[in-house]
Amino acid sequence: MKQEFTITVYAENHIGLLVRVATIFSRRKINIESLGTSPSEIEGIHRLTIVIEETEEVVRKLARQIEKQVEVLKVYYNNGEEIVWQELALYKVPTDVIAEKVKVERLLREYGARAVVIRKDYTIFETSGHREETDKLVNVLAPYGLIEFVRSARVAIIKNSKGFHEKLKEFEETEPGQEVVENEFLNKQDEVFTM
Amino acid sequence: MNTVEDIKPAAAAKATTELSGSQAVLEALIAESVDTIFGYPGGAIMPIYDALYDYHEKLKHILVRHEQGGIHAAQGYARSSGKVGVVFATSGPGATNLVTGLADAMIDSTPLVAITGQVFAHLLGTDAFQETDVINITTPVTKWNYQVTDATEIPAVLAKAFYIARSGRPGPVLIDITKNAQLQKFAYKGYEKSCHVRSYRPKPIVRKEYVEEAARLINAAEKPFIVFGQGVILGKAEKEFRAFVEKSGIPAAWTILGLSALPTDHPLNVGMLGMHGNYGPNVMTNECDVLIAIGMRFDDRVTGRLDKYAKQAKVIHLDIDPAEIDKNVKATVGVWGDCKETLPMLTKLVEERVYPKWVEKFRAYEQEENKEVVFEELHPSTEKMTMGEVLRNLNELTGGDAIIVTDVGQHQMVACRYAKFNQTRSNITSGGLGTMGFALPAAIGAKFGAMDRTVVAIIGDGGVQMTIQELGTIMQTDLDVKILILNNEFLGMVRQWQQLFHDKRYSFVDITSPDYVQVAKGYGIDGNKVTDRKNLRQSLQTMLEHKGSYLLEVMVGKENNVFPMVPQGCSVSEIRLK
Repeated sequence: MKQEFTITVYAENHIGLLVRVATIFSRRKINIESLGTSPSEIEGIHRLTIVIEETEEVVRKLARQIEKQVEVLKVYYNNGEEIVWQELALYKVPTDVIAEKVKVERLLREYGARAVVIRKDYTIFETSGHREETDKLVNVLAPYGLIEFVRSARVAIIKNSKGFHEKLKEFEETEPGQEVVENEFLNKQDEVFTM
Repeated sequence: MNTVEDIKPAAAAKATTELSGSQAVLEALIAESVDTIFGYPGGAIMPIYDALYDYHEKLKHILVRHEQGGIHAAQGYARSSGKVGVVFATSGPGATNLVTGLADAMIDSTPLVAITGQVFAHLLGTDAFQETDVINITTPVTKWNYQVTDATEIPAVLAKAFYIARSGRPGPVLIDITKNAQLQKFAYKGYEKSCHVRSYRPKPIVRKEYVEEAARLINAAEKPFIVFGQGVILGKAEKEFRAFVEKSGIPAAWTILGLSALPTDHPLNVGMLGMHGNYGPNVMTNECDVLIAIGMRFDDRVTGRLDKYAKQAKVIHLDIDPAEIDKNVKATVGVWGDCKETLPMLTKLVEERVYPKWVEKFRAYEQEENKEVVFEELHPSTEKMTMGEVLRNLNELTGGDAIIVTDVGQHQMVACRYAKFNQTRSNITSGGLGTMGFALPAAIGAKFGAMDRTVVAIIGDGGVQMTIQELGTIMQTDLDVKILILNNEFLGMVRQWQQLFHDKRYSFVDITSPDYVQVAKGYGIDGNKVTDRKNLRQSLQTMLEHKGSYLLEVMVGKENNVFPMVPQGCSVSEIRLK
């Protein structure tokens, strides 16, 4: 069964790495729903967050293909329950409508939107949350002359992750320790360090 | 300009020397024990070629006739020698001509370092003359690639390139160097080989539990079956593999790239797997109780229909690439590691056994295949010659000691089925990619990689015309390569499929040939053409005994088919004998 998975990639911050990772999906005609690059808790190591809809089996194979790339340190994949995630959305609406229509103001408050810029001609609001929430506000604002809408790539934190500081030390060892080279990825994939 | 006397060898250079980026490239090659480079110069790589002028005594450069020929030669060199193959090409068309070879090396895990020239860094992205985005073009077909725009990076980048190319599951690496970086002088601090890249772990420490679990399955098996691939050769584990086979007593069959890892006439070598493999190994895949896959990746040409592949068996998969385990066939036990290490561990734990009844079953299938297919192929009653009888005669003359380089198509399947091999690294072919035009340049490279061995390139009349220009490389280098063209006046494999699956609608498979003997003569290469069986043996002998390269064209039956065959979309047990 296909479901939404969030793939977290820890990688060296090198030019060309993004293409290398992206082609792993495009080659298999798999659409990337969301892809964001970001610094990680460690300087020089980048974190890619990729969202796709696929079966777990496919996602597991993709994760191994990504991890196989020379400049990738580690790949995790998680379903929605195993992560905390957010997406940021910006909405541009005509200021006169907001000012006049009390209903709009109430709606914005209801959705937790925050004004980032207020000008005579337009106002930009921001919300963050899950996709359904940010999507809902689009539908709500549409009748009031929504001028522009944009949503960011997903950012996600893995609930049971201890971060990468300790793992990086293992990667930096010339001779890997037993933990680093554990190949129990076959059945205990989330705790594993396959490289 | 430095002369060769001015350039201190990297190892000796304790103090800082000023070198150009180009010189640093060549110092890196020397430090990595590279002795042969295949290449073709051009505008954007001229500084490296200029430096090479002074290094020609330490580095042999083979001028090929096309960059594709250059990279296939580097592949042949890597496959016969076990070393990293090196190819040079210029930017733009030079680099794009490498793409087929990179893809071939990627899928067949061949260690290569390709060095391409690139336009000046300040011209990148301006559509400059002979500028092309080589890094992005080659990303999916390289294990790693990198663009150098600053000469100071060169020593470390090349060290990383060689390390990545040859370690773990080997593969091609491409380094694209802008012209300014080739020209740039910098304070050279010597070359240090790489043995660690923090984001890359070529192989794990083997986990004993998995080996123990594998051994337990093997010891409990009644009908175990080994399928092995090129991993055994790439891991330089032929001895370890043979010890495992002999102690466990388990029959073993090979993939096309695993061929020659175990001598052809070894009593437990039961033949070839896959689409045109042997009858027994294919059928028995679906009868064994434990399938032990070693250094192979369950390619679709090996497995046939996956949902009917070895479903009854417990599968043990030994591989150095964790992405291969469970990729196509779900493993009951995956043993991730270098087979040079995992095989001895496994051998220690398996019981010394023989399976006479089980092995006898393979032999029974073999006899049936001999009766239905092989005997007629090797000793034809037809007037026209068969490819199989050419191979039989060749085997008898070489005794199985030659390196056989094949192209792609019917002749390739026939050669792999029937060629006899006594030693490893003797079968060189384009397996995964199926690159027509591979054999002639790869044979040139194979010879440079193993100068003391006889190299016979067996090529069809289609494939030879794809890279025939490399006869020029042979001419210029005075190389001794035997070229055996099996001419059936057709693109035979496609014709076979059209006959079997497209109602004999022979669509554009009728290919004409030049007078190959005359063509060879034009390149100063002796040759002969055989149309009659009675001259075959003598002609082959003449070819083998000839001093220097020789081209022999053998006219074979036009519409011969390669059998057995597992038709596409069928299970391996549905293999057809006719």
